[in-house]
Amino acid sequence: MAKEAEKKDIDQYHYSRNLDNAVQYLSFALGTEEYGVDILRVQEIRSWEPVSRIPNVPCYEKGVVNLRGSIVPILDLRERFSLSKAEYTPLTVVVVLQAGDSNKTRIMGIVVDSVSDVISVDKNEIQSAPDFGTKVSNEFINGLVSVNERMVMLLDVDKLLKLEELDQDEN
Amino acid sequence: MSIDMSQFHQVFFEECFEGLEAMESGLLTLDMGDIDSEVINTIFRGAHSIKGGSGTFGFTVVAEYTHIMETLLDEMRDGRRKVTQPAVDVLLGSVDCLREMLTAIQNEQEVNSASVGKHKAALEVVLNGGTIPVESALLVEQQITTDEVPVNVSLNIDEEELTVFEEQGWKIAFCPYMDLLKTGNDPVRLFRELNELGELTTIVNIQDVPGFYELDPEECNISWDLKVIGDISDDEIREIFNWVEGDCEMDIQPLSKTKKLSPAIKEISPDPAVVPSHNPAQKSAEVKPKAATETKKSDSQDSENETAKTTAKASSIRVDTDKIDTLINMVGEVVITQSMLGLVGENFTMDKVGQLKRGLAQLERHTRDLQQSVMNIRMLPISFVFSRFPRLVHDISSKLDKKIALKLVGENTEVDKAVVELINDPLVHLIRNSLDHGIEMPVDRVAAGKAETGTIELKAYHRGGHIVIEIIDDGRGLDKDKLLAKAIEKGLIEENNLLTEKQIFELIFMPGFSTAEQLTDISGRGVGMDVVRKNIQSLGGNIEIISELGKGTTIAIHLPLTLAILDGQSVAVGDETYIVPLVSIIESINITERMLNKVAGKGETFRLRNEYLPVIRMRNIFNVHSGNPTKSKEGVLVVVEGQGEQCCLLVDELLGQQQVVIKSLEANYRRVEGVSGATILGDGSVALILDVPGLVRFSTR
Repeated sequence: MAKEAEKKDIDQYHYSRNLDNAVQYLSFALGTEEYGVDILRVQEIRSWEPVSRIPNVPCYEKGVVNLRGSIVPILDLRERFSLSKAEYTPLTVVVVLQAGDSNKTRIMGIVVDSVSDVISVDKNEIQSAPDFGTKVSNEFINGLVSVNERMVMLLDVDKLLKLEELDQDEN
Repeated sequence: MSIDMSQFHQVFFEECFEGLEAMESGLLTLDMGDIDSEVINTIFRGAHSIKGGSGTFGFTVVAEYTHIMETLLDEMRDGRRKVTQPAVDVLLGSVDCLREMLTAIQNEQEVNSASVGKHKAALEVVLNGGTIPVESALLVEQQITTDEVPVNVSLNIDEEELTVFEEQGWKIAFCPYMDLLKTGNDPVRLFRELNELGELTTIVNIQDVPGFYELDPEECNISWDLKVIGDISDDEIREIFNWVEGDCEMDIQPLSKTKKLSPAIKEISPDPAVVPSHNPAQKSAEVKPKAATETKKSDSQDSENETAKTTAKASSIRVDTDKIDTLINMVGEVVITQSMLGLVGENFTMDKVGQLKRGLAQLERHTRDLQQSVMNIRMLPISFVFSRFPRLVHDISSKLDKKIALKLVGENTEVDKAVVELINDPLVHLIRNSLDHGIEMPVDRVAAGKAETGTIELKAYHRGGHIVIEIIDDGRGLDKDKLLAKAIEKGLIEENNLLTEKQIFELIFMPGFSTAEQLTDISGRGVGMDVVRKNIQSLGGNIEIISELGKGTTIAIHLPLTLAILDGQSVAVGDETYIVPLVSIIESINITERMLNKVAGKGETFRLRNEYLPVIRMRNIFNVHSGNPTKSKEGVLVVVEGQGEQCCLLVDELLGQQQVVIKSLEANYRRVEGVSGATILGDGSVALILDVPGLVRFSTR
């Protein structure tokens, strides 16, 4: 029973924070692709600033910055998704996200090209991501939704972060 | 009842545990031959304040229990009673029992009445009989409960009046007549049935049990105070006692009305001959009206308890008032300096530059002092941990029939609270190991030409920025050959593997490694040492073993003093800045390329005063590509020591020394090899702090 309740909690967290089945996502662009993250997970949006590099970690982990006294890692989402690299400009944006369960929350920043919009998505309109086989990784993608004829990929913030734990185990 | 007493509970428990610790250490230092009245006084005070506090908060069980201890201690204090080892042992047992009770109450669990009863009985036997040693005291008590022999019955009315119960259930005063057992009734059976109805707590009154030699096993000299917690109707309880009606005195009352109970008990005469026989039917009429209201109350109370359990335990720290006073002073100084600077800034002209500089220098000094005193608040003497060990050694050595003296050195060495909390378990484990495996049996010791009594020395001292805790025993030491053989047998290492002495000793930290021929309940299962090392490493420390066969073993634990701040040397590698903990730096040398020697075409060494030290090129190990890649032409070698090994870090430049606040990388990120944490530099950027022992390990891979 506890498990069910837990699952329900998680479901609620992801989809039905508000009563009419609508969930808000922050959408952003990576090249020509558009992604969205649950807006309740977004802590703040900052401009790109130089990071302190961390030695011997995957290249998409750009480094860490000082965010009001906390050390926060910055990931490059383009590199994470193996997209072409982009130069960092003053317009490059870092979205600071919160992830984790109630026991422990982590914050991390992801580098994206630009932030586009806040979209309201009906929970029923979210389609599951098609399986591309092993060639393309869709492990972070919660679902797809189309907004004004554009396809937005909804990302699972927890999975984005959890990957680091896996890396740690491998080490 | 307008004041919510529960808000003071946390403080009460803290004080109780402190009192218990004081009592325990007092009892352990008592020397049978020469009794120090001051020590007895300390123990007495401990018991007294626990009794007082628990009475106030309505923890009657505790109050009743400590009352007996207090009586005993009072007699010892007045010299009316001789202090004997058995009595001290019983008191030590009582301290444990009290601790258990308090922990149970703190966690809102039911107090284990069986063990409480046992210890209480033992105490009372000591109180009455005086010289009966623990074992026999317990034996007597057991005999009583199994044989069940009624006689003189009396209840301690004073104690009853303390009872202020909020729980719901029933309180039963059960005083069987002397000949209850002769009628074939067994009270134990009654209790068992009661226990099925609800949580049963029994308090045995054995004041009237005669001495061991006068005891008639066919008579029941004891009476009971029973508490059944739960939603039970009085009919159910009456049904159980149906069988003994007429063979006993009993009084059944709902729990929350215990105050009313006292007069009822008073009616019972202490003299069994004149005990008036109550009509049970009358009493059941008395009881009934309250039952219904009580049941309703229970539901809401249960849910309240549930919520209380889930609230997290707040961690608190007791700070010396002196430290707080210094802190307040310091803050005052900072405020003064700030207002002075404010004045200077108001109508600033260039001729005030000197004043400004002076002010800033002052501010800097005050800030540093302030920081230091805040850090000081977190510092606790290591005796917080050490004080538990005399008892541990006392208990285990008597269990193992070994003679062991524990020596504590440097108890006042101060260390961060976080370290104090985390170091306890590993230390317990190491000491148990020393007791069990290290120190030999007295016979073997004498045969080996050593003193019969083994010594374990627990030593703490500061060295550099570290606290070192050593556990030194003069036992049998580690047998290298045996360790090797065992490791090969378990397949942990290859045969014909050449290992240094140090590496062999390190084997005992491998999971699943144990050389003990026999498992004991104290140690020897081969789990633990690996956990000990892991725990210590997670605190940023390391552990080291020095041992000589037949002479003894020394286990040294090095731990950072504080986990929050460190003196660092910032160094530049390419465009990046790293912090090297100052404590690990031995010296720094400007070098040129040709001063380095290649070893086997790969590794590099540097010859420092006739010693070849391995060189770690920070550029290579951290894959730094920025900046002008020097060919070590004008590099700086920083000679560092980590885990007893020296090596050289090759960096581009030394930048400066500063105190840095350690920030966790792992809070939002993860552990990074060769890095122990991060810090924020003056310009707001992040610099990584090097983990020197980790780097040494990392580079040798």
